[in-house]
Amino acid sequence: MSSYDARFRVWRGDTEGGALEDFRVEVNDGEVVLDIIHRIQATQAGDLAVRWNCKAGKCGSCSAEINGRPRLLCMTRMSVFGREETITVTPLRAFPVVRDLVTDVSFNYTKAREIPAFVPPEGVKPGEYRMQQVDVDRSQEFRKCIECFLCQDTCHVVRDHEENKTAFAGPRFLMRVAELDMHPLDAAAESGLDRRATAQEEHGLGLCNITKCCTEVCPEHIKITDNALIPLKERAVDRKYDPLVWLGNKIRRRDAT
Amino acid sequence: MTELERQQWDVVVVGAGGAGLRAAIEARERGARTAVICKSLFGKAHTVMAEGGIAASMGNVNSGDNWQVHFRDTMRGGKFLNQWRMAELHAKEAPDRVWELETWGALFDRTPEGKISQRNFGGHEYPRLAHVGDRTGLELIRTLQQKIVSLQQEDEREFGDHEARLKVFQECTVTRVLKDGDRVSGTFCYERETGRFFVLEAPAVVLATGGIGKSFKVTSNSWEYTGDGHALALLAGAPLLNMEFVQFHPTGMVWPPSVKGILVTESVRGDGGVLRNSEGKRFMFDYVPDVFKEKYAQSEEEGDRWYEDPDHNRRPPELLPRDEVARAINSEVKAGRGSPHGGVFLDVSTRMPAERIRRRLPSMYHQFKELADVDITAEAMEVGPTCHYVMGGIAVDSDTAAALDVPGLFAAGEVAGGMHGSNRLGGNSLSDLLVFGRRAGLHAAGYAASAGTLPVVDEAQIDAAAAEALRPFSAEDLAEGAPTENPYTLHQELQQTMNDLVGIIRRAPEMERALEKLAGLRERAERAGVEGHRQFNPGWHLSLDLRNMLLVSECIARAALERTESRGGHTREDCPVMERSWRPVNLLCRPVDEQDTASGRIDLVRKVTEPIRPDLLSLFEKEELVKYLADEELEE
Repeated sequence: MSSYDARFRVWRGDTEGGALEDFRVEVNDGEVVLDIIHRIQATQAGDLAVRWNCKAGKCGSCSAEINGRPRLLCMTRMSVFGREETITVTPLRAFPVVRDLVTDVSFNYTKAREIPAFVPPEGVKPGEYRMQQVDVDRSQEFRKCIECFLCQDTCHVVRDHEENKTAFAGPRFLMRVAELDMHPLDAAAESGLDRRATAQEEHGLGLCNITKCCTEVCPEHIKITDNALIPLKERAVDRKYDPLVWLGNKIRRRDAT
Repeated sequence: MTELERQQWDVVVVGAGGAGLRAAIEARERGARTAVICKSLFGKAHTVMAEGGIAASMGNVNSGDNWQVHFRDTMRGGKFLNQWRMAELHAKEAPDRVWELETWGALFDRTPEGKISQRNFGGHEYPRLAHVGDRTGLELIRTLQQKIVSLQQEDEREFGDHEARLKVFQECTVTRVLKDGDRVSGTFCYERETGRFFVLEAPAVVLATGGIGKSFKVTSNSWEYTGDGHALALLAGAPLLNMEFVQFHPTGMVWPPSVKGILVTESVRGDGGVLRNSEGKRFMFDYVPDVFKEKYAQSEEEGDRWYEDPDHNRRPPELLPRDEVARAINSEVKAGRGSPHGGVFLDVSTRMPAERIRRRLPSMYHQFKELADVDITAEAMEVGPTCHYVMGGIAVDSDTAAALDVPGLFAAGEVAGGMHGSNRLGGNSLSDLLVFGRRAGLHAAGYAASAGTLPVVDEAQIDAAAAEALRPFSAEDLAEGAPTENPYTLHQELQQTMNDLVGIIRRAPEMERALEKLAGLRERAERAGVEGHRQFNPGWHLSLDLRNMLLVSECIARAALERTESRGGHTREDCPVMERSWRPVNLLCRPVDEQDTASGRIDLVRKVTEPIRPDLLSLFEKEELVKYLADEELEE
């Protein structure tokens, strides 16, 4: 067991503005960044605002940016940094600051309401649903999502383009459309709802240019781009020509910066 | 008079985990305008951490299962202290509650016939847990969340307002339940983002705030679990039931220190994982108690055969109820046969192919790999007991989920007592949330509709609640020369006290010392002070939570000292035997009087339980009942 003092820079402020504040703080074996933020709270800054719940990577509350990269504070181990390194922790950039590391993520809840819900199949009673595992696998992958909104934060369609927020649901909620579209028993089509068309026309699927930034930050390792967004684009393409689908098949990965 | 925003609702649900959301859905579908208020963001509640599954006797994997078998297992797991009517309703209604989730979009793992797959778990006779890998709680919370969104979409279509009949107040905290005479009149709340106060006026309030684990140092529980609902009920005059029963889950992570307590799902054992000590021995065979002797394998060979042929073999003792396994691990470590970091070894790597482990237990694989550098497909995990669940809780009517003594107050989920007796079986929590969440919502809506003249909110109570909530900002004035206290330090001391003195193994002198320490902490907590302002201030929030944790901890320690026997989640080294004479005895914690409860005076009352209904008793063999029931119960 060995301890050392780490250098931390934590953004502190509110809607009026703020700045990075320096801290020297003890680090012990096995600790994660959230442990260090908690130690700062308990010993140096009792009112340092941070969201967290489970501290086990399951709830997706403690999203922030560590050295500029969107991450969960509870799943980022201190051992990935050098002892001499200064670790900078800032709030999610794509969302308005509330206080310190806490941002206003209501954008995501607004978008969630815009996606039409699961449509239960008519005439199939509770207890009579029959689905094969192989058919639910795809949607199950997307339901691993813990709604940490790191993908929403990193997606450059909205990260530096506030103006796109109205027209664009973001990777998490386009993936939700894909999840419902691939649900073996969803009866949206029978009810007159074309999920693929709405993805394109109402939720901004066309704005996505499949740079896979969302997939890279996903703490659940969901292949958002390959398994949700590209197939959704391919399914939508029947109705509307999308050059990006063609392009997506040519380009494996493009640098986000 | 405090000027603040007020809103009128029919039903206010406090808490947005499985029970709270299910209650809100039901209340709204029964026509009640319903507000949900929760400390965290919508969809983050502790329910997301549930891993193993939802127990429901659908019989999809073994057709021998039915509600009677589930009822029997639940009563045995709880050592017959369960409020039997709750256990009955739970066993009967759980399948419908699971199936209904599918109609809301849930996607469970499937059997080859395309039905919902069910897995084995401790204390359940048949494979019974509907599951999604090892992230069942996430599926449950997301499904309920999405159902709420769909109801809001209906309201948007009908009224042009998503929140016309169902609104979620996220990151808001209730600090007091308000009353008009005996009846509930609403809740006093504060919004974290702004720090401002508001009042929700409502004739019916459903408490669904979950558990108390944050009073203990080593716990699997999340930030929210500070006993809020327990304390709110007590402060409103409703008694708590059997608070001495706290479940220590046998398998929490023990290393590294920063993750100590994080849960390792029971599914690891349900799917074939075994426990070994430092000598490599499967020690659980030495710890099968008398009451379970006939039901568990006597040899490793028989235990191993059971996974393939459960009809002709008995289950391995790794799948005993949690209290038994936790005590066994504790004893092994104490006897010097523990793992390097003070736990024991839990091994799946020699029991299943790596690919199967990654598919069946993806979160566990991920959790150990990322937090402990352990590859569970190649080596054993180190595990030890962690505070996981409180069986005790608000005393409720079994059918309606109504709290005793306070009309208009309801409780469901972990915050409610009775259902699980002295020990909860794994998987019975998620089903409990759904069954009794729905019942609480149903009856709260019914009560609100028939409440007649609406209760009036008392201005004096609002002023008092506002003053109480603001006290941490003026701690210096109140301290009169004494130093102000750091709430984080007080919290750490509380956790250490409960862990060391009222933990998994209890002794009278230690619990007496705990009560003295709690009294000291309570006095110091009056002087807990915070820096900064009211907006999103975690220090302030913790100061408010401390009142609840201290109150609940005192209930646990008082009740644990009173119950001079060992049963389920309550183990007394100085009274090691389960006494049949204690079977029909419930311990109720009551506030002495409303003014004084915050200063920590609780009355303990013994209450004799209602006799178990004969047709339910007849589900058991006489030879089994004589091990549990008191003499006077057996005579009847």
